[in-house]
Amino acid sequence: MTLTLGHFLSLGAMLFALSVVGIFLNRRNLIVLLMAIELMLLAVNTNFVAFSYFLHDMHGQIFVFFILTVAAAESAIGLAILVLLFRNKSSISVDELNTLKG
Amino acid sequence: MSQTLSAMSLLCVPLAPLVGAAGAGVLGTQFGGNRAGRTFCHSLTILGVLIAFLLSAQTLYSVAYDGARFNQTVYTWMDVGGLKMEIGFLVDGLTAMMMCVVTFVSLMVHLYTVGYMEEDAGYNRFFAYISLFTFSMLMLVMSNNLLQLFFGWEAVGLVSYLLIGFWYNKPSAIFANMKAFLVNRVGDFGFILGIGLIVAFAGTLNYSEVFAKAPALAQLQFPGTEWLLVTVVCICLFVGAMGKSAQFPLHVWLPDSMEGPTPISALIHAATMVTAGIFMVARMSPLFELSDTALNFVLVVGSITALFMGFLGIIQNDIKRVVAYSTLSQLGYMTVALGASAYSVAVFHLMTHAFFKALLFLGAGSVIMGVHHNQDIRWMGGLRKYMPITWITSLVGSLALIGTPFFSGFYSKDSIIEVVATSHLPGAGFAHFAVLAGVFVTAFYSFRLYFLVFHGAERYDQNPEPHHDAHADDHGHAHGDDHGNAAADDHGHGHGHGDAHGAHAPLVPHESPWVVWVPLVLLAIPSLLIGLFTIEPMLYGEFFKDAIVVNAQAHPGMEELGSEFHGAASMALGAFTSTPFWLALAGVALAYYLYMVNTALPAKIQRALQPLHTLLENKYYLDWFNENVLARGARLLGTGLWQVGDLRLIDGAVVNGSWRLVGWIARSVRKLQTGYLYHYALVMILGVFLLLTHFVWLKFVWLK
Repeated sequence: MTLTLGHFLSLGAMLFALSVVGIFLNRRNLIVLLMAIELMLLAVNTNFVAFSYFLHDMHGQIFVFFILTVAAAESAIGLAILVLLFRNKSSISVDELNTLKG
Repeated sequence: MSQTLSAMSLLCVPLAPLVGAAGAGVLGTQFGGNRAGRTFCHSLTILGVLIAFLLSAQTLYSVAYDGARFNQTVYTWMDVGGLKMEIGFLVDGLTAMMMCVVTFVSLMVHLYTVGYMEEDAGYNRFFAYISLFTFSMLMLVMSNNLLQLFFGWEAVGLVSYLLIGFWYNKPSAIFANMKAFLVNRVGDFGFILGIGLIVAFAGTLNYSEVFAKAPALAQLQFPGTEWLLVTVVCICLFVGAMGKSAQFPLHVWLPDSMEGPTPISALIHAATMVTAGIFMVARMSPLFELSDTALNFVLVVGSITALFMGFLGIIQNDIKRVVAYSTLSQLGYMTVALGASAYSVAVFHLMTHAFFKALLFLGAGSVIMGVHHNQDIRWMGGLRKYMPITWITSLVGSLALIGTPFFSGFYSKDSIIEVVATSHLPGAGFAHFAVLAGVFVTAFYSFRLYFLVFHGAERYDQNPEPHHDAHADDHGHAHGDDHGNAAADDHGHGHGHGDAHGAHAPLVPHESPWVVWVPLVLLAIPSLLIGLFTIEPMLYGEFFKDAIVVNAQAHPGMEELGSEFHGAASMALGAFTSTPFWLALAGVALAYYLYMVNTALPAKIQRALQPLHTLLENKYYLDWFNENVLARGARLLGTGLWQVGDLRLIDGAVVNGSWRLVGWIARSVRKLQTGYLYHYALVMILGVFLLLTHFVWLKFVWLK
């Protein structure tokens, strides 16, 4: 069996769907939320790499590097916020974080 | 064009009284810190008016003897889209005559005021007002365009308002000045509509340019109707004249204006301002000549005023109100002459009336002073031996008013009656009857007044309530309850009432001081003589030739009169056999019988004709109608608009409604904002999904 573009795209779609579900269903833990976001970015990266490989275009892989860098920075900031949040509220439960409203 | 008239000397005519008004008004009142004394104020204003009078007399001389004319713009105020708004002077026979009448009567009134207002706290303010009035009236008559005419028109209205309410602590005066102002607004609305129509269709405000376009205007119709445009324009302009010249039904303000001090009743509400409407129609004669409908309207309104206002004069007991109703009736006569296309006769009557009516008013003022501020003629009588000069001059005035041959009033009034008889307009029959009957009525009420005041039993000490007229009281008022505010205008020597005008002095009538009777004598001379000398040049000569235009084919009245005229003296001699003379004589005889011989009869007649008397007492219920129907209706309309339009629609629906709507939307949308991260994330993802679908779908369609 040879691996086709369709396989890679299916994997990317599955990872993406998994991360979306992770964002919605998760009611406890903010860390899981951050992880779900990371997963979403990785799903996109998979698509980029797959397209780059099958279309023989290196631009896609350059994008992946950028996205990985930005994702790393983002997780770092996200975790820093999380630490501050925990210090203030002694909790990282998503259900309790509902002050962002008018 | 002008040989001897210069713009500079003409400019000085209105500006001299303006300087006087400004000087007295600013320096002499609290406004400028009471810097100037009484002597300064009356000297300054009298000097200003004297300069104006001398320059006017010189202008009249040049116009009459050298044929000088002047028509020039001296200042351009603004130029809006080709419409020039200017200040300019047009001097011809009509203007020169008006200038002389205005400044002469004004000068007499200024002199008279020195004596009449002596005890009043608002002395300087009064002089400032009457000088300001002289300025405004001169601007009105000297104007060469409609804008300046309107400016003068409104300015004299303003001064009239200020002077009727001169004693501003007196509720009846405040009511009267409001009434005068509001009724005049009705007239002025018509006037400004007329001016607007002229501007819209002729495109200019200048008289001569408008008249040059008059034949073209005569061809036009009022848009959307069958009416001739000139008819609409002339009727609109005449509505303005009806307000200012107190023609039925806008006459209601004039009798009430007697609340003001007597000198201004003479100057403004008899001699000059109220004749502005007559002057304006005469000035606009090239337009009025084009519309028989408008002339007929003028004729009928004038004859109603002339006759029915005379009737009201019969039952009045206030000396000033009798003279006021007589003014209304005489203004009606002038209007009738205008309607019969005899503009020069109307202006002639305007001039003679200015002299004898100013004389009668000032005489009435002198009587009021003489009997210690009682205005009720029932409590006068027999004053001729106490006030000989006032008596003689008032007799001259009354004789001129009723049209005794050789007196000035005779020439103008008889000419009006004759010219109406020759008119062919549909309303001329009624007008002729009205002016003839008016002669009898005028003679009757004039001599009723004369006999009650100067002859018969002396009743001045029988007044049951000598102070019942604390409100009707003329100028004694200011030193009564006026101390508080009016004293503000005073500066030191105002309200001492040390002479016999106090309430408890023995009430013996006395002759007035010389400053009061000198103007009476100076006015009696023209009242007696001016008609005799001026009728020929003014009515049948060249004096008005380029000021007044009459279409002789359509309205031949003046030509017919001219062919029958053989000199002023023979006209007067011929009058002894004419109907008006015998009617006037009958009126005098009836007055003599009722008020001198059989003095019990008037009360019996009054009882017998009670309904008629009630009708006249209530002035045909016009005041009632105005107050209860028009004023109340307007207030109801205003309340309705306020309650529904303003409070509900604007405040309720628009202003409050908009914030309520925003609030309601915000309250509903706020529920979407839960504060939970995953809700926001869901919305974001759904949004991205929708956008993506949209764009991919578009791309997909485009690819296909």
